[in-house]
Amino acid sequence: MHATVDTPAPTSAPDAGDPIVRFRGVNKRFGDLHVLRDLDFDVGPAEKVAIIGPSGSGKTTILRVLMTLVRPDSGEIVVDGEHLYHRRVGDRLVPADERHLRKVRTNIGMVFQHFNLFPHMRVLRNVTEAPIHVLGLSKAEATERATGLLEMVGLGDKLDAYPSQLSGGQKQRVAIARALAMRPKVMLFDEVTSALDPELVGEVLSIIRKLAEEGDMAMLIVTHEMSFARDIADRVVFFDNGQVAEQGPPADIFTAPSNPRTQEFLKAVLQH
Amino acid sequence: MFDFITFRWDGEFALSILPQLLRAAVITLQATVVGFALAVVIGLAFALLRRGPRPISWPAGFVVEFLRSTPLLVQLYVLYFLLPAYGIRFDAFTTGVIGLGLHYGAYLSEVYRAGIASVDEGQWEAATALNFGRLHIWRTIVLPQAVPPMVPAFGNYFIVMFKETPLLSAITVTELMQTAKIIGSRSFNYVEPYTLVGAIFFLMSYPAALLVNRLEARLARNR
Amino acid sequence: MGFDLVPILLRGLDVTVRLTLTSAALAFAIAIVAGLGRLSPFAPIRFLAGAYVEVFRGTSVLVQMFWFFFALPLFGITLTPFVAGVAALALNIGAYGAEIVRGAIRSVPTGQIEASIALNMTPALRMRRVVLPQAFVLMLPPFGNLLIELLKATALVSLITIPDVTFQGVALQQTTGRTTEIFLWLLVLYFALAYPMTLAVRWVERRASAYRKA
Repeated sequence: MHATVDTPAPTSAPDAGDPIVRFRGVNKRFGDLHVLRDLDFDVGPAEKVAIIGPSGSGKTTILRVLMTLVRPDSGEIVVDGEHLYHRRVGDRLVPADERHLRKVRTNIGMVFQHFNLFPHMRVLRNVTEAPIHVLGLSKAEATERATGLLEMVGLGDKLDAYPSQLSGGQKQRVAIARALAMRPKVMLFDEVTSALDPELVGEVLSIIRKLAEEGDMAMLIVTHEMSFARDIADRVVFFDNGQVAEQGPPADIFTAPSNPRTQEFLKAVLQH
Repeated sequence: MFDFITFRWDGEFALSILPQLLRAAVITLQATVVGFALAVVIGLAFALLRRGPRPISWPAGFVVEFLRSTPLLVQLYVLYFLLPAYGIRFDAFTTGVIGLGLHYGAYLSEVYRAGIASVDEGQWEAATALNFGRLHIWRTIVLPQAVPPMVPAFGNYFIVMFKETPLLSAITVTELMQTAKIIGSRSFNYVEPYTLVGAIFFLMSYPAALLVNRLEARLARNR
Repeated sequence: MGFDLVPILLRGLDVTVRLTLTSAALAFAIAIVAGLGRLSPFAPIRFLAGAYVEVFRGTSVLVQMFWFFFALPLFGITLTPFVAGVAALALNIGAYGAEIVRGAIRSVPTGQIEASIALNMTPALRMRRVVLPQAFVLMLPPFGNLLIELLKATALVSLITIPDVTFQGVALQQTTGRTTEIFLWLLVLYFALAYPMTLAVRWVERRASAYRKA
């Protein structure tokens, strides 16, 4: 049962401790709402970070800005040593074009709350489509990779099914396989179990747990599943009002939070 | 092959026929307004009939389907040639307006049906439980809720009808199209009259369409 | 009952059908191009496509037909009646079709776009493999209705001397004076063509909405 997760080759970085994701002074406003305030935030190369916090705090926006679904108003984001939204021209930084964005974005993958599988493609094709047309893999290579991943998430028998024939948990597992097929160095999980019926949550969480235990990817997990976060995260970040209110190892945050807002939030959430 | 350069827009001629065209535009507008008023009434009648018992709703439904599936032009011919045979002599304008009213009444009956159906079933039940009479329910509860979303659809059909008035030229109503035809055949200058007519239609229908869009957006927001 | 008139009316059927199919094919192609054009990131293309759509939607198809038939020759371009009819119908219906295409593309859920971005697809790839296939299903019912409108609009070509079924009907009426029978049969003929299409469109609508709920 221990199929290993495909991982990317380690980067030849001068310092293996360099963060793979670095936010510096990132701001984002939606109208009057200041969703990200001067955010400084780092993620290590193989670090599993759980982000918790009240809704509207901006925690999903962190992921969306990183995945280039939303452009930040100001600030810099560096992924694996390269600026995401900027290009180096001489010693200056200029706003990057679509092509540069795509080049850096190849290191990032994302799993969405509402799965977003392609309904007009069967499961196997959902997973092979991008490797073939974006990474340039041959159909055979992509199929091999996809089959391996789908078996790993327990859906090896569903290759020919359409997404409409799957349960929510199965769809999300396909979505994880689809994102993994691109071999990203950073995987983003945006409340991936929030849209699932309770009995289906476990099967998805166990896949993510396996990835966390076996993989060398950095993982950024926005979640409401507190016990899960405590279990698998290297670091828990409590995000509130556009900023990192408190962060640390799970043991610290969950048992002895120092910030009163954190205490408030955990009390409200863990009550039931 | 392409003698574009030898053609020159006769500005003087265009200006000279403009008053005549604008007068005809008034006829066009009148036909649209009266035709639409008729369609609003006929449409409601059709919609109500289709809610009745089978022996009434089925023929009514068939008539609506028939009116919507056949060309307005042929319907106009039917009215124009057939009515006199039965002793009914309307002038061309009236005939045309009746044709418009029937054809678009059929379309509007669908809008009515959708609008009425969109009022929550629960509203009917609550009103009946409160012992309101049926007519009262219609007037004070159902229609006020059904009508606002129907207004943009009505606006759109008004504009569509406006653009269909040139068909009336086929039964000799002297609206814009017919006037342009007359000018064209009299002077052999076709470009100016038809272009001006096209421009008049565009300049009247495009702003109207923008207005309807704005109305639709405002109504969507208020819900 | 006028059954003897029917074969004469049907002489125009070939023209009506050819007109409808030719215009439909052309209109569909125009609609895709103009619809995509209105969504283009390049402002000049957007403007051109928008101008085409608004002008041809904002004026009457009969005026357009007459313009192509009577006014164009004065520019040195003389089209045969059939071509003038097809041109006017295709351009007019194509303009409405462009809005259907645009609407359908914009109805594809944004989650699909986001998933495509997350998989690092280029905008072109995303449009080709993810958005358009899904938009296509959404386009079918409105295009079906547009096809029926096109069929009805072909009757107008009788006014620029194209011998379609309506033309035959009017000519017959002038020579035989049997008005009632002729026009009633004419209506029946159009109904017989249009109603099955209406049913087919409703069937496609039901299938399409079932697909969306999945």
